[in-house]
Amino acid sequence: MITPEKLTDFHKDILKEIGNIGAGNAATALSQLMNRTIDMKVPSVKMALFHEVTELIGGDETVVAATFFRVTGDAPGNMFFILPLQEAVTYLRELTGDSEIEEESIFSSELAQSALQETGNILAGSYLSSFSDFTGLKLYPSVPFLSIDMAGAVLSQGLVELSQVSDYAILIDTELRGADNTQLGMDGHFLLLPDPDSFERIFHALGVT
Amino acid sequence: MNKTIEIIQVKISDYQLAKAPHHLKTTGLGSCVGVVIYEQAAKVAGMAHVMLPSSTMAREVSFNFAKYADTALPAMVDEMVQTYRLRRDSLVAKIAGGAQMFQFSGKSEALRVGPRNVEAVKETLHDLDIPVISEDVGGSNGRTITFDSENGILQIRTIHKGITTI
Repeated sequence: MITPEKLTDFHKDILKEIGNIGAGNAATALSQLMNRTIDMKVPSVKMALFHEVTELIGGDETVVAATFFRVTGDAPGNMFFILPLQEAVTYLRELTGDSEIEEESIFSSELAQSALQETGNILAGSYLSSFSDFTGLKLYPSVPFLSIDMAGAVLSQGLVELSQVSDYAILIDTELRGADNTQLGMDGHFLLLPDPDSFERIFHALGVT
Repeated sequence: MNKTIEIIQVKISDYQLAKAPHHLKTTGLGSCVGVVIYEQAAKVAGMAHVMLPSSTMAREVSFNFAKYADTALPAMVDEMVQTYRLRRDSLVAKIAGGAQMFQFSGKSEALRVGPRNVEAVKETLHDLDIPVISEDVGGSNGRTITFDSENGILQIRTIHKGITTI
C-alpha cells in the first residue's frame, strides 16, 4: 500500500494534475453560476500532520462553512469544499441578491444552507467528473453534507480513514478566488483526501507504479 | 505574587499533563473526544485528544498510541501516576466531544466515529476504574475545551452555544 510517507515527488505531481483539472472545471462551473470570472490558484499537494491540516485553512477554531462529500467508486475518498464564514456570507449575498444575510443568519437560514450545499454539489460534481475522465476511474459523490463550525472539528471527520494507516494526510488543495479580489471574496478551498488504498488505484489507472 | 499560568496545548492524537495552576487546552474537537483525567487533591490533570476508538483498527506497523482510546488512556494514566505519585483510585474523569459533524444517514462507519469514540472512551475508563463525573458528548457541534487544574473546571466553547462549564 502506498502510504502518504511513501509518496514520491513524481506521485505528487500526478496528484497535483488531478487537482488542476478537477478544480479547473469546478472554477468554470462556479463562474457560470455566479456569472463572473473565478480564478484558480495552482493546486498544491501537501503532506501534513493532522494538526497541520487545519492550519492551512486558518486554524482549528476558524469558523468555516464546509460541504462534505463521501466519494465512492473505484478510488474512494473524502472531499471538502470550504469557505471561511465571512466568505460564505459574501458569496451568498451575491448569489441570492439578499444583502440582509449576516454571519449569524446563516446558521438559521435554510435557504442559505441549501444554497451552500447546492454550490458544493455542482462544484464537486464537475471536479469529480473531470477526475473520472482523466483517470478512467468511476467516482460517485454522496449527497452534500453541510456543517458550519470550527475548521478543526469538521476536517478531522474527513481524516478518519487515513488516520488508521498514517499520521499524515495528503491534501490536494486548490484555492478558488474571485478575479477582482479587491472587492468580493470567494476564497474557497477544495480538498480531496483519497482513502489510503485509493492512491495505488489512481496511479495504476494512469499507468504509474 | 503572580505565578504565570501556562496554557498547555494538546494536539490531535496527543496527550499532555499539567499541574496547578496550569491549564490544558485542546481546540476543534469534532468526532474526536477530549478526555480529562484529574486528581483533585494533588491538582494534577492529564488531557488526551483521542481520534479513534480502538487500536485494533490500526493498519500501521507502528502507531501513535495517543491516537486510540484504548491505548492513549492507560498510557496517560500510567504517566500521571508515575510522574506525580498519585493513587489510582483517586482519579476522576471528565469527557467532551464525540460529535457527529455531518448528519449522515448512510452506512458509513467512518462517519459514526464520534459516538463510537465516546463508547470506547467510557469502556476504557471503566476498565481503568476511573469514574466519569461529568460529560458533554454527542450532538453535532465542534468543541474547544480548556481545563483548569486549580479548580477542576472544564470549560467548553462551541460556535453555536457559547461557553459552558462542567
